[in-house]
Amino acid sequence: MNEASTETQSVVVERDIPHPPEKIWRALTQPHLIEEWLMKNDFKAAVDHRFSFRGDWGSVDCQVLSVEAHKTLAYTWAAFGLKSVVTWTLTPTSTGTRLRVEQSGFQLPQMRQAYQGAKAAWPGFVTKLEQVLARAA
Amino acid sequence: MRHAHDMLFRTLADPTRRAIFERLCRQGEQTVGALTARSGVSQPAVSKHLGVLKQAGLVRDRHEGRQTHYSAQLHALSPLIDWTRQMAGFWQNRFDHLEDLLKRMDQ
Repeated sequence: MNEASTETQSVVVERDIPHPPEKIWRALTQPHLIEEWLMKNDFKAAVDHRFSFRGDWGSVDCQVLSVEAHKTLAYTWAAFGLKSVVTWTLTPTSTGTRLRVEQSGFQLPQMRQAYQGAKAAWPGFVTKLEQVLARAA
Repeated sequence: MRHAHDMLFRTLADPTRRAIFERLCRQGEQTVGALTARSGVSQPAVSKHLGVLKQAGLVRDRHEGRQTHYSAQLHALSPLIDWTRQMAGFWQNRFDHLEDLLKRMDQ
């Protein structure tokens, strides 16, 4: 049984938002505001604070990793047996803010191992999977 | 769909279980005995893992005489493939909600 490789998958979503970073920061860090666009939570903008997001389908366990007011915010995000890190970055622009969220470090290599195993038996199928993964990366 | 994800992730998060599943992917159909021989864990433990894999739809069992043969069901992995894409969709959707909220905050 091999150790899982350190290869990770990440998701990045970026958007230009016509509001200043200070205001977006409030929406990202005040629990009653977070709840309005993300999920119910007991978030606090304090490093090491443990909190959770709660949805109808279950909850996400989190811990604050870093806080730099109006600039960056990072927390761990553990759900469905997958651990990842969510990092928010706010960059001021002439029209507002470029807001970026990156969710990285999925333990997808574990799943990839399964694909590696599958590769031997179902080459065509796995090739398709890998194409999809490559596009999604 | 979320339930399916949850189950798949939990099922494959266990390294012994993942190893059993991988072996089935690589080597095709196997009996519990054959899987036990190279797994380094007891037969009851292997059977238990196979039960969990079966519940998640990752393996199928076939009875033949006194033996039960297990095979991998690769199509059960397909929800995982779309994981990153689905998370991207999730955040895009949340960004929409966030923008709605930011507009309301002006009022």
